Amino acid sequence: MKKIINEPQNAVPEMVDGLVRAYPQYLERIPGSEAMVRSDKDSMIGKVGIVSGGGSGHEPSHAGFVGKGMLSAAVAGQVFTSPTPDQIYAAIKAADHGKGVFLVIKNYSGDVMNFDMAKDMAELDDIKIKSIIVNDDIAVEDSLYTQGRRGVAGTVLMHKLVGAAADQGASLDEIEKLAKAALPHISTIAVALSAATVPEVGKPGFTLADDEIEYGVGIHSEPGYRREKIKSSKKLVSELLAKINQEQHLDPKHQYAVLINGMGATPLMEQYIFSHDLLDQLETQNIKPVFMKVGNYMTSIEMAGISLTVFELADSTWLKYLNYPVETIAW
Amino acid sequence: MLTAENTQEWMNKFYLKIEQNKDYLSELDTPIGDGDHGNNMMRGVEGVKQGLAQLQDPDLKTVLKTIAMGLISKVGGASGPLYGTAFLEMAKKSSDTQDINQLIDVALAGIKKRGGATEGDKTMIDVWSPVAQNDTITQQVIDDAIASTKDMLARKGRASYLGERSIGHLDPGAVSSGYLFTALLETEGTL
Repeated sequence: MKKIINEPQNAVPEMVDGLVRAYPQYLERIPGSEAMVRSDKDSMIGKVGIVSGGGSGHEPSHAGFVGKGMLSAAVAGQVFTSPTPDQIYAAIKAADHGKGVFLVIKNYSGDVMNFDMAKDMAELDDIKIKSIIVNDDIAVEDSLYTQGRRGVAGTVLMHKLVGAAADQGASLDEIEKLAKAALPHISTIAVALSAATVPEVGKPGFTLADDEIEYGVGIHSEPGYRREKIKSSKKLVSELLAKINQEQHLDPKHQYAVLINGMGATPLMEQYIFSHDLLDQLETQNIKPVFMKVGNYMTSIEMAGISLTVFELADSTWLKYLNYPVETIAW
Repeated sequence: MLTAENTQEWMNKFYLKIEQNKDYLSELDTPIGDGDHGNNMMRGVEGVKQGLAQLQDPDLKTVLKTIAMGLISKVGGASGPLYGTAFLEMAKKSSDTQDINQLIDVALAGIKKRGGATEGDKTMIDVWSPVAQNDTITQQVIDDAIASTKDMLARKGRASYLGERSIGHLDPGAVSSGYLFTALLETEGTL
């Protein structure tokens, strides 16, 4: 393992310190926790609070999206491990300004349980809480017999939507309605070229041969659906876009937002090449995205790979929410 | 019968077992999870140890609640809420009974409710449930229960994404639960 760290077990607290010290204009650490809250407290007054979080290792998620117009607070768990209820509760308390708090949770058993316990704790304080469980990863079948689909890069688009709505004064019920309406229209699929190494574990979560890739890998090295030899960017786009098409049946009559997300070790150069090929192939379907983002938004430490998120803008307000100005580190 | 004293001794023994087997638990977690169960449980038993050390002449309920809070606030992931809920349910029930079998029953019910899993899903429940069903807890019951998870297909948690590929591996949560019950067996006067 070769990483720029000190003691592996101190990776998360030291990262949080670095973040809040480098960006005091956006973030403050909530004392005694690994949760961070918006520095601009005035921007939260009279608004619903938006709290997200999860295991660390997905930077800039989730703290990079804390700021006016997006998240109110974010909680950083241990690497690839859900934060604990007391930490989430601290974030909820800091985000609450009397209008309730909306939680954005990714669909992992640990996250769901810990956020649920925090929700119970906050409700004892009479804080109104609603939540959405994001499950945009179409690599695995949604099934009653598994944990179901995972929450991945599409979560960042969910942060953007609900954050913009909250900033414009939407109520907790309205935010829940928006999140529920948008969720089924967000689909993500990834391809991995190499695995991530959790600092405390010290070795990669899986191994791929030098010339091998795996489609459908999750953001914590969860297995995907197929391995094969590395292909050109054009062919990777075809594979991932075919999966998206199976799910969403892309239609030129509809409007789409696209998020191309680097998994940590994939250079922006490759992400732009992938973008070029994607736009070419969408053009053959007569589709031109009305909103696009390319970069590292929901990473998996140093995993090499890319994910493609397509969001059908079924409601005209959603594009306005995506374009709504924010003050964050990473949007 | 659990008492404040023997429950603390039980936790000391559990601490040592986790410490000794930390790497093994993480290794078990690598093919079907994300390779950190040993580290997460180690943080948890450290939290429990620190919490218990601060108590002065506590009653059983306080001991069990302290264990629960240590696990909930330190383990994270799915194991934190599940182990934490188990001890929280035992703490609540300990006002009525100190009988270990009855306490394990309520703990198991709590784990099932929190995680939504049941017997045969390849989780810690597959150890907790046979232990709860047997009037006499023996090492054989524990070992058989752990071994039974090997041939199961995971239906909950991260291992469920593997589908068929989850077969042939022991469930790490079942193994750590086994350590908990072996530690209980080794603590005099608890049964």
